[in-house]
Amino acid sequence: MNMKTLHGFALAGVAVVLLACAPLLISDYWTGVLLGMTGYVTLATAWALFSGPTRYISLATVAFFGVGAYTVAVLNEVMPYPLVLLCAAGIGMIMALMVGLSTLRLAGVYFVIFTFGLAELVRQTVSWWEVNVTYTMGRYIFLPFEGRHIYWQLLALAVVTFLISWAIGRSRFGLALKALGDDETVAAHAGVDVTRIKLLLFVISSTIITLVGAIQAPRWTYIEPSIVFNPTVSFMTLIMALLGGAMRLWGPLVGAVPLFLLFEWLSVSFPDHFSIILGLLFILIVFVMPNGVLAKIDDLRKGGRT
Amino acid sequence: MLEHVVNGLVLGGTYALVAMGLTIQYGIARIMNLGFGDMIIAACFATYVLFTTFAINPLVALLILVPAGYVVSDLIYRILMKPLVARAPDEGALEVDSILVTFGLLFVIQGVLLALFGGGYASYSFLNTPVNVLGTVVAGNRLLALVLSLAIGGAMVVILFRTRWGMVLRAVALAPKSAPLFGIDTDRAARTAFAIGGAMAATGGVVLSMFQTFTATAGVVFTMKALIVVILGGKGSVPGAIVAGLLLGLVETFVAAYVDPGLTLAAVYAVFLVLLLVRPNGLFGKA
Repeated sequence: MNMKTLHGFALAGVAVVLLACAPLLISDYWTGVLLGMTGYVTLATAWALFSGPTRYISLATVAFFGVGAYTVAVLNEVMPYPLVLLCAAGIGMIMALMVGLSTLRLAGVYFVIFTFGLAELVRQTVSWWEVNVTYTMGRYIFLPFEGRHIYWQLLALAVVTFLISWAIGRSRFGLALKALGDDETVAAHAGVDVTRIKLLLFVISSTIITLVGAIQAPRWTYIEPSIVFNPTVSFMTLIMALLGGAMRLWGPLVGAVPLFLLFEWLSVSFPDHFSIILGLLFILIVFVMPNGVLAKIDDLRKGGRT
Repeated sequence: MLEHVVNGLVLGGTYALVAMGLTIQYGIARIMNLGFGDMIIAACFATYVLFTTFAINPLVALLILVPAGYVVSDLIYRILMKPLVARAPDEGALEVDSILVTFGLLFVIQGVLLALFGGGYASYSFLNTPVNVLGTVVAGNRLLALVLSLAIGGAMVVILFRTRWGMVLRAVALAPKSAPLFGIDTDRAARTAFAIGGAMAATGGVVLSMFQTFTATAGVVFTMKALIVVILGGKGSVPGAIVAGLLLGLVETFVAAYVDPGLTLAAVYAVFLVLLLVRPNGLFGKA
């Protein structure tokens, strides 16, 4: 480990300690804002973990996020909390495996289409299950957490996500990944097991996203499918990761912080027209990158190396 | 039993119609349009307003909305898609860009519809008279929807396969790089294809609104189903889209009738999954 990485780690460590102390000093409202921001930073980083190097655009963020939240809602009264989180992670992992195994060996567009409808499919299936099998629509979560407790958990998850992302970038696995991102055919011929790598990465990324949903679930107190499977979550994660640059470790963070604050303000100021503004903003972001999103990512990669 | 077959064909006919529009957009203009379903829903609401406020018959609305769908899609192509096509270094980059931009478009259209009409279910009653078909009773509007789908879909097939205009479009779909060598303006062909797709989305919306309830947020589901039909039939294959659309409509109606109406989307997904595993290039696709 050279001096530069050491400095980087020291700086990041100080930042994390400062962020962890913040809720003791600031008001509950701002703790809430920090919480939401940390949630989105984690979501965007986890999204970029898979979609950045593989260039498979996943539109299913909220499918996993919602599954995490719903698992907590269903299990919070029957199991101790750590076990509930473990269950949520397990379910997210199995779901990611199923989706990945059936789509990742095919061309990217099949994956996009599949993930596009996945949230709606899971939402309808959960609704059906609740109405016909358990006879409950909507559940309550009673966990003794305040905003700052949830915030600390999310912060820990964010740190873990960054560490995973950093470690993958430096490992042999990361090297294979770079080859795969540059040219999939060449990578396959060089002995990289393309499908296995994509699958593994998708599972890691999706499990983290599921956990973000699970940890944030107590914030709502009352949960029903239409609340936790809100497509805006997928959309916002995608914009944030793209704006910051999905190929760089800090890219999603750079995109998530300003956009989260902007969205927070927009959703309060223009509650009825939020999704119109969001859509226009998104189109603008895709356009402002003059040579296309992929080329922009390439530029960032070249810039990051020198 | 027969009742479900008829209803399945009605639904499937509409799916085939809209999927034809999507497959033309994707096959010829090379644009994967995720906002397609929201254009369908926009047409549903437009028909609704024309019928309830101005007392305009949906059949007349068709004459207004189909050209409108053509013009609007033509404008969307000129403003949003053209710069993307111009700057994309290869087909893969265009695919990613178009997916992203139309994903943004989806939220814009949906946001406008929500602001105008709210999130509730909407429907109107048109031609709701029972008609006797082969011993089962079918609502007149459904029968009309089936006839319209078949007529318009059939006309589209004739145009694509029997006219010079259609041949130009098919040439661009088949060999986008060689088509200009034969004096074909590929850019214009792509724009026309995208606009035809929009016109067919509008047609589908008008037809659908005659017999189904709809909400402002239902666009995603329609895009999804149209995409599945396109893939099921083979990308860019019009006959494939028709067969697959009818098949999907039948599957959905039978699942709704014999299993549970809440599981139709799950059934659609199951069909999609099986197909991806068995025939990734679609029923009519080439490897």
